[in-house]
Amino acid sequence: MGYRLGVDVGGTFTDLLLIDETTGETFRDKVPSTPSDPSQAVINGARGLCERQNIAAGQIDLFLHGTTVATNAVLEKKIAKVGLIVTEGHRHLMQIARSLVPGGLAAWIIWPKPEPMAALQRTIEAPERMDAKGQTVRALDEAEMRSRLEKLKASEEVEALTICLMNSYVDGSHEKAVAAICAEVFPDIPISISSDILPEMQEYERALTTVANSAVRPAVARYVGNLEKELKDWGTKAKLNLLRSDGGLMSAEKSAEAPVNLLMSGPAGGVAGAVWVAKSASVKNVLTLDMGGTSTDVALIEAGSARLQRETSVGDLNVRASSIDVKTVGAGGGSIAFVPELTKALRVGPESAGAVPGPVAYGKGGELPTVTDANVVLGYLPESLLGGSFTLDREGAQKAVQTIADALEIDLMDAAAGIIDIVNENMFGALRLVSVQQGYDPRDFALMGFGGAGPLHANAMGKLMNSWPVIIPPSPGVLCAYGDATTRQRVETQRSFNEMVQNTTDGELTSYLDSLGAQVKQELEAEDVAPRDIELLYEIDIRYAGQAFEIPLSVEPEGLSIESLITRFDTEHERLFTFNLDETPHEIVNVRAVALGKSADVAPPVIEKGDADPSDAKTRDHQLYMDGRMQDAVIYDRALLKAGNRIAGPAIVTEMDSTTLVHSGCEALVDAHGNLIITLLEGA
Amino acid sequence: MPAQIIETNSAPFNQVAVDPVTLDIMENALRNARIEMDATLVRTAMSPGIREQGDAFPLIADRAGKMVVGQFGSFIDGFLRAYPGTIEEGDMIFLSDPYSCDGAVSHNNDWLVLLPVYRGGRLVAWTAMFGHQSDIGGKVAGSIPIDSRSVFEEGVRIPPVKIYQKGVYNEEMVKVVLHQSRKPDWCAADLNALIASCRVAARRVDEMCARFGEDEFASATDLLLARNHRAMKHLIETSIGEEPVSFTDYICDDGVGFGPYKISCKMWREGGKVILDFEGTDPQAPSSINFFLNENMFKMFFGIYMIMVFDPQILFNDGFYDLVDVRIPEGSLLKPKYPAALAGRTHALGRIFDILGGLLGQRQPEFLNGAGFSSSPHLMYSGFDKSGEWFQLFQIGFGGIPGRPFGDGPDGHSLWPGFTNVPNEFLEKYFPLRIERYEAKPDSGGAGLFRGGNGIHMTYCFLEPGTVAIHDDRWFTYPWGVNGGQPGDRATKILERADGSKEVVGNKQDGIEVREGDLLHFITWGGGGWGNPLERDPELVALEIRQGLVTVEGARDYGVVIAKDGSVDGPATESLRKDMADNIVETDGPFNFGPDIDTLRANCLAETGLPAPVQPGSAAA
Repeated sequence: MGYRLGVDVGGTFTDLLLIDETTGETFRDKVPSTPSDPSQAVINGARGLCERQNIAAGQIDLFLHGTTVATNAVLEKKIAKVGLIVTEGHRHLMQIARSLVPGGLAAWIIWPKPEPMAALQRTIEAPERMDAKGQTVRALDEAEMRSRLEKLKASEEVEALTICLMNSYVDGSHEKAVAAICAEVFPDIPISISSDILPEMQEYERALTTVANSAVRPAVARYVGNLEKELKDWGTKAKLNLLRSDGGLMSAEKSAEAPVNLLMSGPAGGVAGAVWVAKSASVKNVLTLDMGGTSTDVALIEAGSARLQRETSVGDLNVRASSIDVKTVGAGGGSIAFVPELTKALRVGPESAGAVPGPVAYGKGGELPTVTDANVVLGYLPESLLGGSFTLDREGAQKAVQTIADALEIDLMDAAAGIIDIVNENMFGALRLVSVQQGYDPRDFALMGFGGAGPLHANAMGKLMNSWPVIIPPSPGVLCAYGDATTRQRVETQRSFNEMVQNTTDGELTSYLDSLGAQVKQELEAEDVAPRDIELLYEIDIRYAGQAFEIPLSVEPEGLSIESLITRFDTEHERLFTFNLDETPHEIVNVRAVALGKSADVAPPVIEKGDADPSDAKTRDHQLYMDGRMQDAVIYDRALLKAGNRIAGPAIVTEMDSTTLVHSGCEALVDAHGNLIITLLEGA
Repeated sequence: MPAQIIETNSAPFNQVAVDPVTLDIMENALRNARIEMDATLVRTAMSPGIREQGDAFPLIADRAGKMVVGQFGSFIDGFLRAYPGTIEEGDMIFLSDPYSCDGAVSHNNDWLVLLPVYRGGRLVAWTAMFGHQSDIGGKVAGSIPIDSRSVFEEGVRIPPVKIYQKGVYNEEMVKVVLHQSRKPDWCAADLNALIASCRVAARRVDEMCARFGEDEFASATDLLLARNHRAMKHLIETSIGEEPVSFTDYICDDGVGFGPYKISCKMWREGGKVILDFEGTDPQAPSSINFFLNENMFKMFFGIYMIMVFDPQILFNDGFYDLVDVRIPEGSLLKPKYPAALAGRTHALGRIFDILGGLLGQRQPEFLNGAGFSSSPHLMYSGFDKSGEWFQLFQIGFGGIPGRPFGDGPDGHSLWPGFTNVPNEFLEKYFPLRIERYEAKPDSGGAGLFRGGNGIHMTYCFLEPGTVAIHDDRWFTYPWGVNGGQPGDRATKILERADGSKEVVGNKQDGIEVREGDLLHFITWGGGGWGNPLERDPELVALEIRQGLVTVEGARDYGVVIAKDGSVDGPATESLRKDMADNIVETDGPFNFGPDIDTLRANCLAETGLPAPVQPGSAAA
């Protein structure tokens, strides 16, 4: 047994975590990120850490990594020029999309016309047709197809190809036939086939998902290629694995083929880390609050695993690829507060000052009041940050927040507190989406705050949600690295089943599951995972025939009973929607199999033990505004805290890259692993 | 006699101060509750009209019935005035008859569920949702007979009744109602979905009362209404003149041979109040195209159009209603007399928005868009398949969104909020048909500096014999262009029989029998163009030719000449543009309606393949 190395690339720092798989011992490091080529910090950091620990490159077996390369390619629109091949008669599939104009009545007046991800001039039609049963209506005219592809090649620049034909979710043979011709005409261009990427009904969603895959493919392939080359140069034989949006790991080769599964790799790292911290803190149900500069990601962890969803959203892009059910709101430290002339309402975000010009308090030219400025005004962010290397402009922040106070005709402190209340409310809305709206009671959950600003707001969110305790893990970047290093390899496949339950049998369903299971198992074995380490999971999506909404139920092929599935479905449907439809038949929609590799056995780090008194870690006395008045508070240095210390609120705990706020009436306990466990005091 | 509201707790709500931040938080919470209503509905509904297309409208109102969130305005006030019974805790109201709720819903297909929200024995709020049912019985599948002569031919009519009375479900009544439908399973699921949505919102209101206090909730809804009142007052005073402006548009025909029907509206301001007067609108039609327009609903439409541009983040509500006076003549197309037929009201409903745009835009160029809200094209297809199973499809189509002051109109998109198309693979899996073509129709959007969105050319191949109904408009008059933009193309429907013969079929026609292998080309209208097409970048025109959105021939409408290799022929373009600029026909005002009605009539058969409709009110049809 050797080592596994987890690396998380953040905006500021790249965090590294090396795990000795035999002893479970860990080694951490943190290096500045290199945004122009993130792989530099990754490799240099890894080399440095190994050299310091006297570990040879050859001893590392697994290199595990969460990346935002795909995400950023989409957000920054640095995507490939995608050629798209659709069924004849459907050329404007991506242009018409689902015809939806977001917003309310008359929203079309202000909604800009979107440009499809695969430009129409690079979209051509395939002369073929398959029906909904998978029967060929018109066979592919290969000669004509070839000539159309050649014409495309002659007239347009194409960097990646996507094939999405009608009804290919039932039978992909026409797509494969087209792909064969594409490979001859465009020998050097990656081809993505919709029946491979997403064999599911709904042509637009399937096409969009496959196009998105093509669009990020060159960027991801380049990044993965660089990384693999550098790893090789360094002399390690470690297998490179990337963190998928659903929190599983996949091989570098697979990543380069199906990068659409990496779109939420970044946030997944945080949630995966939260899963690990929750486990170490012996908490099963957790709501996560990952608050950064421009946005906040929230997710729900139930019984130790993150809730998944069957889609992934990045900016305006919404594709059908499994991801951790992360909801993002445009609420972060940089969110700008304003008061529209007409309504005199206080609004916060979604506009953000971002990193540049940033909040006024950062003194980088920002002039508009932000959430961070409100935190500074209230005394929640002490003037010196990042261990004193960075000083905040308190006066500037006050001046900016005063403009809001003036517009609302209220006091400066009340305006600042108002900004915080509104931004918290926006996050509250997102947390409700993942909890209450899914039928979960937030009182059954703890709340974990991380990210740059999460620890500042988590205590307040715990109060709003009634979710206790509030857990603040050490250093946000390390959390993600733990997530990367401790998750498991994962291969998933899904197919449409689309049968009424009365038209199928337990036996038929079981053998279908078995065949999918064999397929994913084989894929994982191909990645050198020992058969005995593979765990297989199965899920079946069921709905009332005619409904659009499916409920996924996990099942075991052995002893599978459709009847008991139906009972479970009805229970779940009633929990979610308060009713059942007694006379409506049930339809089995999709069947899914997941193969998981071995997880790392990592013991959480243990910090030095102390008593209840935290005063050794005290930095200084302080004053802050809370519950409508100025209050005395204490600032502590997190690095000096010991296990067992109890911090009474109001208090502030600082560390290099984040600041925790403990509210009055609350108490933070430092646990054995350095987590801050905040609870509401009796009678408070 | 108005409804009698029974409360076991007579304590009045105290007016309390709500600080601005708390108020904004409650506004946000109400908005989230509304989003949850939508989510619950589409997840549990079953008819493709609701689950795939989203044809349903939620609402949360204060205790007096004034809408605090929603989009079509509150109809609760009208219901309360007309309902003769009591309202008690545990009650839930169910209705669909437009004539017994003052047009709160405008045809029998829209089922409305109303839930009074009680807390501590006092009424604190209302939640409500209505959704279009795909079939409620009546003379044709889909229950929208275009040629019905009275509301009695249009399926089950539900007066306001208690679907729950003090918490007890009236199962027998629901059984009777569902029994009228050809698709009772869809109706049952959709009704459950409406109820579940109202319940979700009621739960959220209850939680808000618990969190902030009941007095605070009541005071906050008042303040939200007042905030909206203030904003609208300012808008009206600064952007509506005292000098009247008027606008007239048309419904092409009534499905039984008459048309076009004129809808006129005049707008002016008297002090702080705006008057919208529909005098001059044609009398009601003998068929079902009448639109029973609730005055409050029109106030809401007006308000939304006004506010959309200024602070789109504002929560629309009923607060400004006393600032608007809507006058609709009795017996007109927009206020027909009972028991006039109402099922096919969608065309007039859509046209109302073109009229609003045309009215407001005359003074505010920032409002002025081309015409696009031209209809809500319907396709219905039903019959028995080879195994003897009944199938029935109701599908809403889309045309082009008009050119707008800042850019092109999207092709084949919905002007209705939240509506989506039905995936063609879904259609092919669950209905006996194949979609042979589903594309934007090139050149159908009106030419302009900003092009109108193209309509859709959708070709259905029917795989079972059955009956088809088509309801659309803007086949006779044009979706107008503005500020130099040209009108969009008109709608057309062509039936191509399996034997190869072709015929143009009406745009409002029921009972078309189709056989296996027949093709229906369902082609919708484009959006009107915005601004002078000669100012559009020729390279963009050339690009859109490569994209299949404009043809080489159509490029000439922009004065663009395309060379054989597909590139812009610069010199030829320059000279064509010069010629065209010299010969530009000035329109009267900013609108380009295309030819006048007499000319349209004279050329109708030659241009559309259909006989011209006969002037309403004249003897022959």
